[in-house]
Amino acid sequence: MLGFLRSIWEYRGYILSSIRNEFVLRFGRSKFGGLWMIIHPLAQVAIYALILSKVLAAKLPGIDNPYAYSLYLMAGILAWSLFAEIVGRCLTLFIENGNLMKKMRFPRIALPVIVVGSCTLNSLLLFISILGVFALLGQYPNMNILWLFPLTLTIIALSIGIGLVLGVLNVFVRDVGQVTPIVLQFLFWLTPIVYPVSIIPAELRNLLEYNPMYPIVTAFQEVLVYNRAPDLQLVGIVAAVSVGLMLLGLFMFRRAAPEMVDVL
Amino acid sequence: MTLLSVKDLGKAYRSYRSEWQRILRWFGLPVKPSEEHWVLRHISFDIQPGEAIGIVGQNGAGKSTLLKMITGTLQSTEGQVQVNGRIAAILELGMGFNPELTGRQNVFHAAGLMGFSAEQINKAMPDIKAFAEIGEYFDEAVRTYSSGMQMRVAFAVATAYRPEILIVDEALSVGDAYFQHKSFNRIREFQEQGTTLLIVSHDRGAIQSLCNRAILLENGTVIKDGNPEEIFDFYNAIIAEKENSTVEVKTLANGKIQTSSGTGEAKVEEIGLYNNKGEVVEFVNVGDLVELRIKVKVYQSVETLVLGYGIKDRLGQVMYGTNTWHTEQVINHPQPGDEYLFSIAFSANFGIGSYSLQTALVDRDTHLTANYEWRDLALMFNVININKAQFAGCLWNEPKIMIEELTK
Repeated sequence: MLGFLRSIWEYRGYILSSIRNEFVLRFGRSKFGGLWMIIHPLAQVAIYALILSKVLAAKLPGIDNPYAYSLYLMAGILAWSLFAEIVGRCLTLFIENGNLMKKMRFPRIALPVIVVGSCTLNSLLLFISILGVFALLGQYPNMNILWLFPLTLTIIALSIGIGLVLGVLNVFVRDVGQVTPIVLQFLFWLTPIVYPVSIIPAELRNLLEYNPMYPIVTAFQEVLVYNRAPDLQLVGIVAAVSVGLMLLGLFMFRRAAPEMVDVL
Repeated sequence: MTLLSVKDLGKAYRSYRSEWQRILRWFGLPVKPSEEHWVLRHISFDIQPGEAIGIVGQNGAGKSTLLKMITGTLQSTEGQVQVNGRIAAILELGMGFNPELTGRQNVFHAAGLMGFSAEQINKAMPDIKAFAEIGEYFDEAVRTYSSGMQMRVAFAVATAYRPEILIVDEALSVGDAYFQHKSFNRIREFQEQGTTLLIVSHDRGAIQSLCNRAILLENGTVIKDGNPEEIFDFYNAIIAEKENSTVEVKTLANGKIQTSSGTGEAKVEEIGLYNNKGEVVEFVNVGDLVELRIKVKVYQSVETLVLGYGIKDRLGQVMYGTNTWHTEQVINHPQPGDEYLFSIAFSANFGIGSYSLQTALVDRDTHLTANYEWRDLALMFNVININKAQFAGCLWNEPKIMIEELTK
C-alpha cells in the first residue's frame, strides 16, 4: 500500500499532465470544447424529462418545484455517471495501455489514478453546471450539500474497486469486457434514477438494498433535491463494502501486474 | 561496484488449462500451470561501470526479452536483476507520443513517464528543443511531423538525461544520416562520461565500433561472452551452420581465436601472401603489390564453387572483400579430388597495422545458402610504412598536394 502511495507521489507530475492532456485532447479541435462534457449528460436528462415527466412527475412527493422531476433526474445522473465512467474506463484500461506497459517502466498504479483524476474532474464540472441549472429552476442548496463530498469519495472507492477487479480480469478473460456494459445497463435501470423508488412494489424494495448504488443515488437525491441529510445507515454499509472492494482490487492488481504484460 | 548484475535469470510463459486457474493462483491456491515455455534461462553476467556491451543473437534468441527484464517492464520468472543506477532505454522511440499534442507537450509527457518532475523537465526543455533541431515545428502538433522529425524529438527526450545504463535496441538505423551521426555522437559522449551501453543490433560495424564486449544469445542462453570480434565470427559461423556442418574454434599462437565452420565439400588447403619476388611475407610495405595464393581442394562434387575473402583490420572491420561470384569466375561442377589455386594480386593500400584474412567457400554470393567452409583469421599480416610520407587512417590514398603562394 505504502509502495503504491510513494509511486503515485513520485509520478504526480506525470499523472497531472496526463489528466490535463486528456482534456486538451478531447476538445482540442472542437468548437464547443469542454462544454460537450456537460452537454452529454444534460441532454440525457432532457430526453428522460421530455418523455417520462408526465408519467413519473406525479409520483414524486414532497417537492413543490414544478421541475421536480428534472431535479431528481440530475441528482441521480450526477452520481451514476461518475460511477459508470470510472468502471467503464478501468475495464479496458490495461488492454488499451498494453503497449505502453510492455515498453516503458513506470508505476502501473499511475494508470487507474489518472482515470480517477480525470473522471472526478468531469464529475466536478458536471456538478457545477447542475448547480447552475438548479439555480435557474429555482432550487438552491443548503449546508447539506457538503454531504456530497464523502458520498463522492464512496462512489470513487466503490467504482475503482469494481473497475480494478474487472479490468484485471478482462486482460485474461476478454468476455468480462463484453458482459460488463450489459450488467451496467441493467444496474442503471435497477437503480431509482429515472423513476422514484415509490413505484417499486414494497415486497421487491428489499432486493434494491443489494444494489450498492441504490443508497448512494438516494443520498444524492436527498441532498440535492430535498436539501436533507442522507440516511447514513445504508450508505455506511456501502462505504465499508467499497473500501473492501477497493482493497480487493488493489490486491488483484498487485498480483496480476507482472503477469499482465505476459499476455498483453 | 557492479553496475548491473544478472543472476541465473529465466523467463517462462505459463499457460493454464483455464484462465480462471491463473486467477485462483493469485489468491494462493496451489494450481499447477498446464504448460511452461521457457524463452530464457540461466542467464548470468555482471557489467561494470563504463563498459559497452553488444547483445548479439538470431531472431527469437531472447534478446528483447532479456532487455525487457533488465529495464523492468517484464518480470522474471526466476533469478534476479540488480541495477545500481538509472536505466534509460531507446527501445521504441516515440512510444506514447500523441499526434494531437505539440512536440513540446509530448516531450513533457514522455519525460514525465520516465519519472522526471515538472521542474527537471522544464530545465531540460531548451536542450531537448535544441538537440531535436526541428525549429518552429516544436510547438506544432506531432501529426504534422514527418517520421524523421518525430524520431528526432523522441531521441532527444530519451537521451535528455544521462543515465547510468543506456539500452539501445536497433534504433540507431532510423532517421536521416545527419541525425544518425548526431545521435551516435551523443551516445559516445555518454559513454565517455561513464554511461554503460547495452546495444542490441545485427549491425556488426555499430557493435564493433561502440562495444568492448559482446554477449551471444542462442536459444535462450548465453553461449558466448567475449570481445565483439570473436563473438561476431562465432555468430556468423552459427548462421552458416547447416546439417553436418561443424564449428571449430581454435586459439592461435598470438592469442586470437580462429573460428571455422562449414559442411566440408571443399576446403582451403594452403594459404599464403607473397611479394612480387615470389617470397612469403608477413610484413608488407604500404602500397606494395602482393599476391594472395589460396589452394582449394574439393572433397564432394557440388554444383558451383565460389571463393570469397575479406581483409579485416585489428578491430574486425572489413577493409575490403569480394568473391569470385562478383568477379564472374564461378567454378562449375568441380569433382572430388580437384584442386584449384586462386592467385589474388592487389596493392596493399592500407594504413599501418595488423590485418587478418577471412575466407569463405560457398556456392554463390552469400554464405547463407551453402557454406562449404568459412574460416576467420585464416592468415595474418602487417602493413608497415617504409618509404611513404607519414599518414593517418586505414586507407593509403596518396594525394598530390600543390601549393601556390597567392600573395606575391
